[in-house]
Amino acid sequence: MKILVGYKRVVDYNVRIQVKPDGSGVVTEGVKLSANPFDEIALEEALRLREKGIATDVVVATIGPADCQAHLRNGLAMGANRAIHVVTSEAIQPLTAARTLLKLIEKEQPDLVILGKQAIDDDCNQTGQMLAALWNRPQATFASKVEISGSTAKVTREVDAGLETIEIDLPAVITTDLRLNEPRFTKLPDIMKAKSKPLESIPLESLGVESGDSLKTTAYAAPPKRSKGVMVKDVAELVALLKTKGLV
Amino acid sequence: MESRQLIDRRHLDFVLDEVLGVDDLCRYARFAEHSRETFGAALSLAQQIALDKFLPHNRKSDLNEPHMVDGKVVLIAEIGEAVAAFCEAGFSAVLADAGRGGMQLPFVVAAAADGMFCSANAATIAYPTLARAAANLLEVYASEEQKRLYMQPILEGRYFGTMCLSEPQAGSSLADLKTTASPRDDGSYAISGAKMWISAGDHELGENIVHLVLARIEGAPAGVRGISLFIVPRWRVNADGSRGARNDVTLAGLNHKMGQRGSVNTFLKFGESGDCAGYLVGTAHQGLAQMFHMMNEERIGVGLSAIQQAAIGYQYSLDYARERRQGRHPDQKDPSTPALALIEHADVRRMLLQQKCYVEGGQMLAYDAALLVDRQHDPDDSVRRDSAALLELLTPIVKAWLSDYALRANDLAIQIFGGYGYTRDYPVEQCYRDNRINPIHEGTNGIQALDLLGRKALMHDGAALKILAARIAASCAEAAAIAELAPLSRQLGQALVLVRDTTQAVAARLGQGEVRLALANAGHYLHLLGHVVVAWGWLRMAVTAQRALAAGNADSAFYQGKVQACRHFFAAELPQVELAAKLVASAEASAYDMRDSWF
Repeated sequence: MKILVGYKRVVDYNVRIQVKPDGSGVVTEGVKLSANPFDEIALEEALRLREKGIATDVVVATIGPADCQAHLRNGLAMGANRAIHVVTSEAIQPLTAARTLLKLIEKEQPDLVILGKQAIDDDCNQTGQMLAALWNRPQATFASKVEISGSTAKVTREVDAGLETIEIDLPAVITTDLRLNEPRFTKLPDIMKAKSKPLESIPLESLGVESGDSLKTTAYAAPPKRSKGVMVKDVAELVALLKTKGLV
Repeated sequence: MESRQLIDRRHLDFVLDEVLGVDDLCRYARFAEHSRETFGAALSLAQQIALDKFLPHNRKSDLNEPHMVDGKVVLIAEIGEAVAAFCEAGFSAVLADAGRGGMQLPFVVAAAADGMFCSANAATIAYPTLARAAANLLEVYASEEQKRLYMQPILEGRYFGTMCLSEPQAGSSLADLKTTASPRDDGSYAISGAKMWISAGDHELGENIVHLVLARIEGAPAGVRGISLFIVPRWRVNADGSRGARNDVTLAGLNHKMGQRGSVNTFLKFGESGDCAGYLVGTAHQGLAQMFHMMNEERIGVGLSAIQQAAIGYQYSLDYARERRQGRHPDQKDPSTPALALIEHADVRRMLLQQKCYVEGGQMLAYDAALLVDRQHDPDDSVRRDSAALLELLTPIVKAWLSDYALRANDLAIQIFGGYGYTRDYPVEQCYRDNRINPIHEGTNGIQALDLLGRKALMHDGAALKILAARIAASCAEAAAIAELAPLSRQLGQALVLVRDTTQAVAARLGQGEVRLALANAGHYLHLLGHVVVAWGWLRMAVTAQRALAAGNADSAFYQGKVQACRHFFAAELPQVELAAKLVASAEASAYDMRDSWF
């Protein structure tokens, strides 16, 4: 079984995001970039399926600028067999990402695609769903447990009401939630081994993907600072205040 | 506070990549498989494990000291989990040859990785790094058989190790050590004696502990020339590598320390029942030289660990100064105006900038020295020779200056936290306590100062100092070409003249046989030369930063911070060398002449 894993590079989750003074974006110069945490979970799940003997080939893929190579090497060091780098200097939106991944699916013919449920930079939570629709295959999003038997996958999903377990036919798209697993630490010798693993670079324009980017960003701004609160002496005063502010 | 910002990776990358250009090492055969990418990946891994596995139990292990139950040491479980993560990731073998399963990383990159663990938890990191130091020593001096039995399991993270030098009556003074080794028929030795202050001397983290013990073979000459080095395993090891019977090493007690409480410190007895097996490493009577072979690297490790603990204290206090609101400007009397963030106050900014100067300048010096270790792989003879000489000279400074000024930085961090900083509800008091050992161990700072002035500065007719002076002069010439830095370049040039004159004055006094008086102010000399080399580091960082600014780098605040800190060091710190120089050159003798009965 072959698994394709989406592995996006984002600003590290512990970095305090700063908006550029001219509002044209967020500051990325000198900022630590790392793998989208949901994608690390996706890769970990794929590696565990390989270790269980269910999968044989784990391919990590990213869509990003030329300097994403080091990022993909991290995925290879963590254990992926191969990496595919779709090179573009432009930031792309979910529909374009899904169309691009579909091209990779056509090329690689995976039995399973595992993506993070969302990336922590734009929090879109759309690519997995769009990809399943374009591919015309089942999807199981927000997975917190995955069991593969034969050509089906039993997936426990985290939904608003609690947990929901569904069974889907493979090939399919699974998107990961936080509780699916805890990704491993890389090992130093594997950093060296990753250097000789195959990493294929494909220019985005060579894939013939029609852009789905339809959103225009007009400006970035930091959220307004929380204003100072007031102390109330009892519930009655609280209720009165909420009423005068028209909140209840 | 977000834990990842507790480690200033941006500054680390700046020093390693932009100022020192460590990827230059990849042209050496030993590091040919490496690239900036593999260095970066190793550092990121260290950062991740340090923050995820070492930092979270730093306070808990301070509050839950190791204790003894039925003669065994009990540690909190998190220490074992962190050490296991470190070993499983391969950090035990980070320097070792690829052929032995190692990463074969340059020393400077490995030191930078270690530094992140030191910031996160200086106590827990002691266990695996002591083991690695023992393995490094065995790599150089042990037989192949000894390497197989005792070193390889350390590299694999299965065995741990210690350095057993001090005894209750012989701490700094190793010439007085009494532990004995009597030859036995099978070629091994029976070890008998007691060893004090042994870090990680007993615990259950691994399968075995390899004690490296200094002892005297019966009939050996007195003093340091009669000391030999022995492998003394906690459990004997069979020829096939399996674990044999318990060796006669007993845990006689624990020492209860001010800081770094998570790293167990022990009093060990060897051969109480007359059956402690020890195995000679290399040739007899060479023990001290063998031990000191590793000392340069160990002492860089101490300095770096100290400054990394200063670094995290700096980050804590910087964050606090930005959040905490107190008081108003001296000319702002209206109490209805909102209170200012601490960082708005001039004196708080001074305390932050002073920390930045010590921390980042100290790190620069530590990495620069560590890079000299790697220069031993340079194909060019003269590069190897000069680097070795310079490393000898800088080592006591790295150990002593960094550990002294790291404490000052921690002191300032506590001050910024005010009353809260004095409580155990905030982390900075622990930083200070944990850090207080560093001026003491691995050769006290007083001993480092004697080593610097009594040996290193004057050895081979001051050859090492001349190499240093030439390099500083070259950096000054570079800085002189940049208008903003030209005055600083001149100032450092003048300080260099002061170093030369002061050193010559000491040499003259030594020539007249006044050894004790000439060396009486060695501590001031270390302060003098320490400030000059740290100023040199700051000037090089400022040159790099100024060039990035001139090139229009978008991260201008980062680079401006470097230039500003450099200015501060030259304005508020470097002028202090004049007093130090005067005290040393004139052999100021008020302390030297003081008498016991006058106290």
